[in-house]
Amino acid sequence: MIALNWYLALGAVLFTIGVLGVLTRKNAIVILMSAELMLNSVNLTLVSFSAHLGDVHGQILVFFVLCVAAAEAAVGLAIIISIFRNNLSVDITKINLLRW
Amino acid sequence: MITYLFILFGILAIGSALAVIFNKSTVNSALFLVLNLISVAALYLLLQAQFLAVVQILVYGGAIMVLFLFVIMLLNIGDETERIFSRFSVKYMVSFLLGAVVLSQLLYTVGSLSGTLPAVSGEMATVGTVEAIGNEMFTTYLLPFEVTAILLTAAVVGAVLIAQRKIKQQDS
Repeated sequence: MIALNWYLALGAVLFTIGVLGVLTRKNAIVILMSAELMLNSVNLTLVSFSAHLGDVHGQILVFFVLCVAAAEAAVGLAIIISIFRNNLSVDITKINLLRW
Repeated sequence: MITYLFILFGILAIGSALAVIFNKSTVNSALFLVLNLISVAALYLLLQAQFLAVVQILVYGGAIMVLFLFVIMLLNIGDETERIFSRFSVKYMVSFLLGAVVLSQLLYTVGSLSGTLPAVSGEMATVGTVEAIGNEMFTTYLLPFEVTAILLTAAVVGAVLIAQRKIKQQDS
């Protein structure tokens, strides 16, 4: 069995890659995918804690996170479609209607 | 054996995650995200969470990524023309600085964690089975489960409502 620390470090690295994707990319769909990366790394952390502590509650929380991620992806992509109809672009630097 | 599999799938997960954010083509990003999700599912299997590994591949790798690819192809987005990190700008500097801060904080927390955990009990191997999860979910967590059903219904209705609305052409 691998030590818990390695799984947590892997989760941390994946989370950081997701953060970098959200901060640097301009394509709104890629930003949503980076958010999915972050959710996924948190799921990995929860599952590794759950497996190493012998506690089932972490895996149930991961199940609920999966459901919320599905809902979030559906609504987010619908919003992106709606924005694309208005702007003909998914570039977030061109979506500046609410910008002060 | 498990160590080698962990190294293999860990490197695969990190590499495909990097490919997601560094790829110019959106479709390629989505396909690399599928690879990342599948390698994380393999890591779940190494952790003996069989149910979640299957659900991960079915829901994430199947349903959500098909939704992503469908939207990408529906919108017909081309590749990004300019290179992603072509210009040296303050924004990228701040982004990478923030990323380094996040990573160092997380790794510091992980490093200071060792030795504080209790010993692993014997029934650890039975935690990830469908039986254990279903037993807990349909007794203790029945109400959150039903609330999740309502949430998914609301999300589907909202997504259809947002995406199908006709936008009137503005004159100005």
